[in-house]
Amino acid sequence: MLLKKKRRPAWLLLEDGTLYEGSAFAGDGEVLGEVVFNTGMTGYQEVITDPSYKDQIVVMTYPLVGNYGINQEDMESAGIHLEGLVVREYQDFYSNWRADRSLGAFLEEQGKLGVEGIDTRALTRRIRLQGAMRGIISTRTGDREELLARVNAWPGLVGRDLVRLVTCRESYRWEDGKVLSLNSPPPKGERLRVVVLDCGVKYNILRHLEGLGHEVIVVPAACDAGEIIAMAPDGILLSNGPGDPAALPYLVETVRGVLGKAPIFGICLGHQILGQALGGRTEKLKFGHHGINQPVKNRATGRVEITSQNHGFTVLPESLPGEVTPTYDNLNDATSEGIMVKGLRAFSVQYHPEAAPGPNDVAYLFETFQQAMKASGTCSGSPKGSERVPGTKEGRAI
Amino acid sequence: MPKREDIKKILIIGSGPIIIGQACEFDYSGTQACKSLREEGYEVVLINSNPATIMTDPEMADRTYVEPINPEALEKIIARERPDALLPTLGGQTGLNNAVALAESGVLARYGVEMIGANLEAIHKAEDRGKFRQAMERIGLNVPRSGFARNMEEVFTISAEIGFPIIIRPSFTMGGRGSGVAYNREELALIAKEGLDASMIHEIMLEESILGWKEYELEVMRDRADNVVIICSIENMDPMGVHTGESITVAPAQTLTDREYQQMRDAAIAVMREIGVETGGSNVQFAVHPRTGELYVIEMNPRVSRSSALASKATGFPIAKIAAKLAVGYTLDEIPNDITRETYASFEPAIDYCVVKIPRWTFEKFPETEDYLTTSMKSVGETLAFGRTFKEALQKAVRSLEIGRYGLTGGIEPRELTREAIIPKLKRANSQRLFYLAAALQIGLSREEIHQHTGIDPWFIHQIDQLIQAEAVLRREPPSLEALREAKTLGFSDRFLAGLWQMSEGEIRAWRYRENLLPVYKLVDTCAAEFAAYTPYYYSTYEQEDEARPSARQKVVILGGGPNRIGQGIEFDYCCVHASFALREEGIESIMVNSNPETVSTDYDTSDKLFFEPVTLEDVLHIIHREKPLGVIVQFGGQTPLNLAQGLEAAGVPILGTSPDAIDRAEDRKRFQAIVRRLGLNQPDNDTVTGVDEALKVAARIGYPVLVRPSYVLGGRAMEIVYEAKSLVLYMERILATAPEHPILIDKFLEDAIEVDVDAISDGAMTVVAGIMEHIEEAGIHSGDSACVLPPISFSALVIDEITRQTKLLAAELGVVGLMNIQYAIKDGTIYLLEVNPRASRTVPFVSKAIGVPLAKLATKVMLGKSLTELGFTETIRPAHCSVKEAVFPFNRFPGADVLLGPEMKSTGEVMGIDHSFGLAFAKSQLAAGFPLPVAGKVFLSAHDAHKEKILPVARRFQEMGFRLAATRGTAALLISHGLEVEVIRKVSEGRPNVVDCIKNGEIHLVINTSLGRRSSQDAYEIRRGALTYNVSYCTTLAGAKATCEAISALRGEEWGVTPLQEYHRRTMINEQ
Ligand SMILES: Nc1ncnc2c1ncn2[C@@H]1O[C@H](COP(=O)(O)OP(=O)(O)O)[C@@H](O)[C@H]1O
Ligand SMILES: Nc1ncnc2c1ncn2[C@@H]1O[C@H](COP(=O)(O)OP(=O)(O)O)[C@@H](O)[C@H]1O
Ligand SMILES: [Mg+2]
Ligand SMILES: [Mg+2]
Repeated sequence: MLLKKKRRPAWLLLEDGTLYEGSAFAGDGEVLGEVVFNTGMTGYQEVITDPSYKDQIVVMTYPLVGNYGINQEDMESAGIHLEGLVVREYQDFYSNWRADRSLGAFLEEQGKLGVEGIDTRALTRRIRLQGAMRGIISTRTGDREELLARVNAWPGLVGRDLVRLVTCRESYRWEDGKVLSLNSPPPKGERLRVVVLDCGVKYNILRHLEGLGHEVIVVPAACDAGEIIAMAPDGILLSNGPGDPAALPYLVETVRGVLGKAPIFGICLGHQILGQALGGRTEKLKFGHHGINQPVKNRATGRVEITSQNHGFTVLPESLPGEVTPTYDNLNDATSEGIMVKGLRAFSVQYHPEAAPGPNDVAYLFETFQQAMKASGTCSGSPKGSERVPGTKEGRAI
Repeated sequence: MPKREDIKKILIIGSGPIIIGQACEFDYSGTQACKSLREEGYEVVLINSNPATIMTDPEMADRTYVEPINPEALEKIIARERPDALLPTLGGQTGLNNAVALAESGVLARYGVEMIGANLEAIHKAEDRGKFRQAMERIGLNVPRSGFARNMEEVFTISAEIGFPIIIRPSFTMGGRGSGVAYNREELALIAKEGLDASMIHEIMLEESILGWKEYELEVMRDRADNVVIICSIENMDPMGVHTGESITVAPAQTLTDREYQQMRDAAIAVMREIGVETGGSNVQFAVHPRTGELYVIEMNPRVSRSSALASKATGFPIAKIAAKLAVGYTLDEIPNDITRETYASFEPAIDYCVVKIPRWTFEKFPETEDYLTTSMKSVGETLAFGRTFKEALQKAVRSLEIGRYGLTGGIEPRELTREAIIPKLKRANSQRLFYLAAALQIGLSREEIHQHTGIDPWFIHQIDQLIQAEAVLRREPPSLEALREAKTLGFSDRFLAGLWQMSEGEIRAWRYRENLLPVYKLVDTCAAEFAAYTPYYYSTYEQEDEARPSARQKVVILGGGPNRIGQGIEFDYCCVHASFALREEGIESIMVNSNPETVSTDYDTSDKLFFEPVTLEDVLHIIHREKPLGVIVQFGGQTPLNLAQGLEAAGVPILGTSPDAIDRAEDRKRFQAIVRRLGLNQPDNDTVTGVDEALKVAARIGYPVLVRPSYVLGGRAMEIVYEAKSLVLYMERILATAPEHPILIDKFLEDAIEVDVDAISDGAMTVVAGIMEHIEEAGIHSGDSACVLPPISFSALVIDEITRQTKLLAAELGVVGLMNIQYAIKDGTIYLLEVNPRASRTVPFVSKAIGVPLAKLATKVMLGKSLTELGFTETIRPAHCSVKEAVFPFNRFPGADVLLGPEMKSTGEVMGIDHSFGLAFAKSQLAAGFPLPVAGKVFLSAHDAHKEKILPVARRFQEMGFRLAATRGTAALLISHGLEVEVIRKVSEGRPNVVDCIKNGEIHLVINTSLGRRSSQDAYEIRRGALTYNVSYCTTLAGAKATCEAISALRGEEWGVTPLQEYHRRTMINEQ
């Protein structure tokens, strides 16, 4: 009233019955999702365009969101993938030399819900104590029973394949920040070819690869090992993506098929898939890691690196066979943050070396990947994949 | 990596007196360092000349040297203590520069002392602006175009290349000392000269101006395994050209995208590595072009700084404490995060609120200096406020400033509320710009236009505009609960709303409490609630969930002093911290309320609970309502909490110790006079007047000179000594023009009286005089500005007994429970009462250190009901050593300000000199205050006619010591007529070469220039200002000259030594037994 904002009430209900009232600053209707919090103080544009947030409702713990608007350059995919954004105080007025529209306008445009005026700290504490929960945002009703019924009817993330909802429809070439058809002429010059298995890839991964001079080919998640190998990749990148990694047996299968054929680099969901392909298991974390200040210890150097993270599941290191070397550990909760299998030229990390948002401390991993590729000719040439693919532990099928 | 076992004893250098740009934040960081190193089992040797610090409490270090911080004293300490290592990064620029001096002169090598934290090379690379530039270029970072000059000729060559405006920046300084913006040659000449003088290496950088760019700071930490983390980002609301210490700042940065922030973060880390700060915290400053995003590096400070204190308070991450641990070899991932317990220091804090810092200025005390802000700091304190939104934090910060403002608008004269009047105020940054900005929005200037004039990012202007719009609605619409609720969420204070709605503050408060419209408390936890937090560090906001966890324990609330200002500084924080320690010792929960980010009191470690809140009635009552304490301590935080005492009492809050009524009896003139009469004590004759004629009549009756002041002011504001009727008329007319209704107080001015400060403690039944301090300067110079000595040197036992008797009488009459301070003046054997303050005074820490008794702690226990007998403090302690307190002034920060002292306080800080004789103690106090005392050379004298005879013995003494004498004509004539050999030097008005030329040329080593009252001539002013500018020691009073003479004589007589406080105290204790 004082700020002459037209208040459009919106409600957020968690599966434990906690109801929050705020107001919608973008969109209307009703969305369901897993409610998680993100502690980054910058980077809302990257967060909302990150496909890994599919089927999630994201609460930003930093109270002021929208300050610097939205720009053309910081997109992490073509659109918005999360279901709803919850903030303390939305800033409709933005100020930044690169911005060209407001966060609210962008959400509207993409038909997404934005809610403000909620005690996001209380909500965050709730999630911390109860764990990530299913929830619903509605601009239609604040009726607890009605909303709760809908939340309970929603299956949640566990056991669902969300990757198919965000992966690309067909393969494409990434060049100069654009999506090009595979038929377009390949970039000039001698380049290493990286095939990116798109589970919901963030553009910044592609930017990094291209920045190092590689040819970047992105393929749909449904692509099988044969198709990938047929592309004669110098390296294969398993991308980040949304949801439960245990619900993606086809991807695990694909990765098993390419293991040893070319250097493999897995990021986030890609890490979890690689972990499973190597015989490991994943588990759901209580409320996950979503932020840009996660300290990780590099076992090789003993150094602490500050990383960007966004995951609700983790690979259990004790489930992995002996030839897998743990490489990184989270310093907050001691969860595993990275693995490597030397013989197979495969390594992966749970965090996001491409940042966006977040620190660039670990961007060197793209160079590590590059070196691995350089060190091992192409897989189409002499197949070096003679090493045995590690069997599943305790003979259990994944 | 584990901590280092090869070092056992560590020397820490403190930052010395509170000066502009270097304030209590270094007590906060030093105290943290001492605590954390001792926790690790190291022996800590500390040097700091500032007695008002917690770090110099004898329990904080193993050996505490309250000695001048200079290479000479340091070498003596090193020779005596033989420390293994020196930690130079926690004592501000003072600590750093002294460490550099010790390293370069070979002292460190000679005694085998290792510099830890930052090495010499890193300090040079960071502080030498030339080397810094080269380093930045090496790592591919942009810096503004610049050149280096070591003399004026080079200055002009470079300025021809770079053009105007041009920025002048000296190396090895802080707080923008010696820097400035020159718009033309003339200004350049002036600033460049001062800059060359201010720089330790006589070098300044001249730099391309990037005025108006956005300014940012990052606080960075690095350990010896090369792990680097960013603790906090700070965005300056005021753009480049206004020093970060003078800017309104916000954390975290508000208008950077992640990509831009990360670019800055990468740059900061690269800077840290390139400069090679091995371990600890540093501050890197950046400028960003508002329309292209181009990034420039401005500077790096390879040490903890004012901003790191701010960052620590803003995030809950204790930078100094961690820096100390890193310096002894730990790595970030080995140091637990106190707040979360389960995580480690190797992370980057995430905050889920917004903090706003606003500096506090005191331009009114330096009328010669215009109120505008530049690259050189002038603010004397700051306040920090937390809110869940910028708007809320800003509004809380405004009322925390304690400048009589409870909101953004109002308080600007109607004639200034025009476009034409406001635009210049927007264009040129000044201490009131925020309020002019608000007023500009109110009278309809567009946001864009304001942005054009101020360079302030439109985002901030928009935020303020929202508040202005909300205010307009509030004014328009009738009061409603809905409006009230939203107003509170936006941070509006009750008092401000009361003004808008023509209600009383009390009515609004009552309404809110009735409706249960109360704030909740949120935790500052470093992690945005990702982990559980264990430290009860709170701020208020209007939201749903309250995280305050009031315990069932007995508790007491301590009210702090808010932002530092002249007259209310670190001394009061010292007392509050002691109150907290005492409560802990008594098993009572201590709850601190304060808004000053620089202090030890706002360290989350100090009290059982910390509420980082404005110290206003509204905010304090909320805390009391929530916590339900036994009582509140108001007598330690200076005037701020004292002003709340009656309001608190009216609200039914128990005030511990001396009653608010007793405070009122001491402060209210009429009531006080009645006490003085009843007790048969003396007061200077006085009266209250309202008109010119009446004033003349009263003055004639009392007799000139008289001391005049408006009745409504505090801290000696607008107080003047008037010698004859003509000046009285002028004074009256001036004051009546601005405040016609207010009565004016006229006192007989006691000329040539000796002023005495007394601190006493009383438990209601017994009063003990803790310290009697004889002022060096005569009465008429504010007690806070005068040097003083304990024990007194010229009083007879009779006088001391009489002072003691009167003090006890007054304490009993007022019913003092706790501390009390009295100022007396002694003239012709009669003792006059000047002022009684039934509260902790500025001198409490000095006296505590001089006698070795923690007075504030005892006073706290007394307030809780203990008797002095129980506490074992029943008699005055008479130490065998002599302690001198000297004031430190900010004149060099205020262009044009006269250094003359008077009844209005101007000093920002103090130092202490201790030794066996008065001469040496005084000499040390002068050295500590930064006045070099010559032991040979030429003394220049110029005395007011009234002093000429009296200056004679001083002059004679100097001549006997072998000094050459020089004087202006009149003074010279008198001295010569008494057989002294004196060179006559011209006054400035008498042509050239004159005295100022001689000062500039370094031919004069001490200036003695006395004048009478404020009626001082331009000539005298030029002399004093010359001495100040060229750092020649000067005395402006006769008494000061005598003391200086004695000090020089002592310095010539013997080599001075260094002795730790603990040793003085031990000797005192043995003596007493
Ligand atoms: N080239 C420049 N153009 C405009 N303003 C500048 C420039 N360089 C510095 N400043 C301003 O001067 C202030 C003080 O400079 P800085 O180098 O930080 O000195 P200090 O070491 O005393 O803090 C900065 O905070 C900034 O606002
Ligand atoms: N009657 C007087 N004669 C001489 N000096 C005085 C007299 N009254 C006050 N002063 C001087 O003025 C100073 C400030 O006065 P005081 O009443 O203590 O003000 P404040 O409240 O600011 O401390 C004192 O420290 C003393 O030096
Ligand atoms: Mg500096
Ligand atoms: Mg600076």
